[in-house]
Amino acid sequence: MNAPHAVLKAGAAPAFDVERIRADFPILGLRLDGKPLVYLDNAASAQMPQPVIDRLVRYRSSQHANIHRAVHTLSETATHEYEEARRKLARFINAREDHEVIFTSGTTDAINLVAYSYGRQSIGKGDEIIVTTLEHHSNIVPWQMVAEEKGARIRVVPVNDAGELLLDEYEKLFTPRTRLVAVGHVSNALGTVNPVKLMIASAHLRGVPVLVDGAQAAPHLTVDVRDLDCDFYAFSGHKMCGPTGIGVLYGKTALLEKMPPFKGGGDMILSVSFEKTIYAGLPNKFEAGTPPIAGAIGLGAAADYLSAIGLDAIGAWEHQLLDYATARVRELPGVRIIGTAARKAAVLSFVIDGVHPHDVGTLLNQQGIAVRTGHHCAQPVMERFGVPATTRASFAFYNTLAEVDALIAGIREVQKVFL
Amino acid sequence: MADAKALYQEVILDHNRKPRNYGALERPSHRADGYNPLCGDRIHLTLQVSGGNIGAIAFEGESCAICKASASMMTAAVKGRTRDDAEMLFREFREMATGQLDPGAPGHHLGRLTVFAGVRDLPTRVKCAILPWHTLHAALNAEATATTEADADPMHAPLGNA
Repeated sequence: MNAPHAVLKAGAAPAFDVERIRADFPILGLRLDGKPLVYLDNAASAQMPQPVIDRLVRYRSSQHANIHRAVHTLSETATHEYEEARRKLARFINAREDHEVIFTSGTTDAINLVAYSYGRQSIGKGDEIIVTTLEHHSNIVPWQMVAEEKGARIRVVPVNDAGELLLDEYEKLFTPRTRLVAVGHVSNALGTVNPVKLMIASAHLRGVPVLVDGAQAAPHLTVDVRDLDCDFYAFSGHKMCGPTGIGVLYGKTALLEKMPPFKGGGDMILSVSFEKTIYAGLPNKFEAGTPPIAGAIGLGAAADYLSAIGLDAIGAWEHQLLDYATARVRELPGVRIIGTAARKAAVLSFVIDGVHPHDVGTLLNQQGIAVRTGHHCAQPVMERFGVPATTRASFAFYNTLAEVDALIAGIREVQKVFL
Repeated sequence: MADAKALYQEVILDHNRKPRNYGALERPSHRADGYNPLCGDRIHLTLQVSGGNIGAIAFEGESCAICKASASMMTAAVKGRTRDDAEMLFREFREMATGQLDPGAPGHHLGRLTVFAGVRDLPTRVKCAILPWHTLHAALNAEATATTEADADPMHAPLGNA
């Protein structure tokens, strides 16, 4: 009785057609020195599918003009497409209002916007900002800069040996001087998915707002800013199959309205005179100057592309890849996985006994396998785990089980060289 | 793409496995730390220089195979040589690693150090090979350790008598 039921269930959920998806990515057909490219550096930057490339070509070849300026047709078209992209991104993260999506040049720019605008306004001498050990440098340094300028203090949530945040310690870090929590949704170095919803609820009980660095989450899991109830959410276009030079800062309307502009210039004003300048409303207040219009439109297309496949289906396939890769790496003697959290995105950081990650990276590259080696802009993580660097394989939904096998064969080859 | 395996040849792997002159001199006349923030390579170099001659040299640190082997072979190459020889080798090695010196052409003094010529095709690894040499150059030219007598080294002077 059970067997047919299982077959039926398997039949009801069609398998993830990775080969059909791969056909959308021209770069995946590349051969390097005769070897097929095995691209496992997706946490650094994801590849772009043909529909996004096509969208950029269409914009550049038939829709480009400056936005919000002229009355001519092209400018109206470009403005419409740019604002349409904002609507798409707002839907992508389930923002309440389109104007809560501020286009930035990327996650780093988005976090700096909050640090400079919100931070400088709301953080003073003796105040405290909570960050975590797992943060990327881009969610550490902007806060250090504000703290240094204002005489504030950074407090850090520690992690356990698996790379999971210690929530009891997090709770203890709050004081009446806590002004902000800045936490990554997914760790770029280890892949840990942090319990941000819980952490946000906890911060809000004390009236503390939370910024979430979503650079590593947006391409891999469904982001719902209203469900999370985060105050700010930052992510990058190029990590989710969109162009570089574009990213998003989501912020709650009430907060964004109270914040002063970050950059001054054109497009962010209502009127300018030498006596008084009146700033524009949201989102223009934070988008001084001509924005990366093509980038925004391309990112809108990327959001459409990912949504059409479905973030849940993407996440499920990536978990298969991660589980398989984790099991295979564990079979290898002398290889240790760094970051073994119960909840992980498709990131596999590891070290090989007696071989420095940079040598691993060079020798894997020799076999057509692209991985990232180094400290991954997360030096506090490396220090916590007592390694100077790791080798990081990070998967996307277009990677295959055969590519995991290629990685394993590559690691064996590296070990042979260093035998 | 360069043939990385050509770079990871036996002599380099051997120096990586069994680095020569590994450790730290107890009373160095010169010292310097080299650090490559890009990849985390760290080299601590200590030297004993007297009368313009490098009498002893040692290194230790955490680094990739290319950097460690380069440091090991560098110490072997400059030990017993003059400062001027060491500076000349530093210049020649840097030129070779950046593709400005043809290791096959006559007129240089690199000898076995030419096994590192392959890094010029791997731009991200050039720094790994050169780091020990930059550290040596810094050690030989640092103002604070310019004196050649270990006794003048404040690190080793008795407390209160520095």
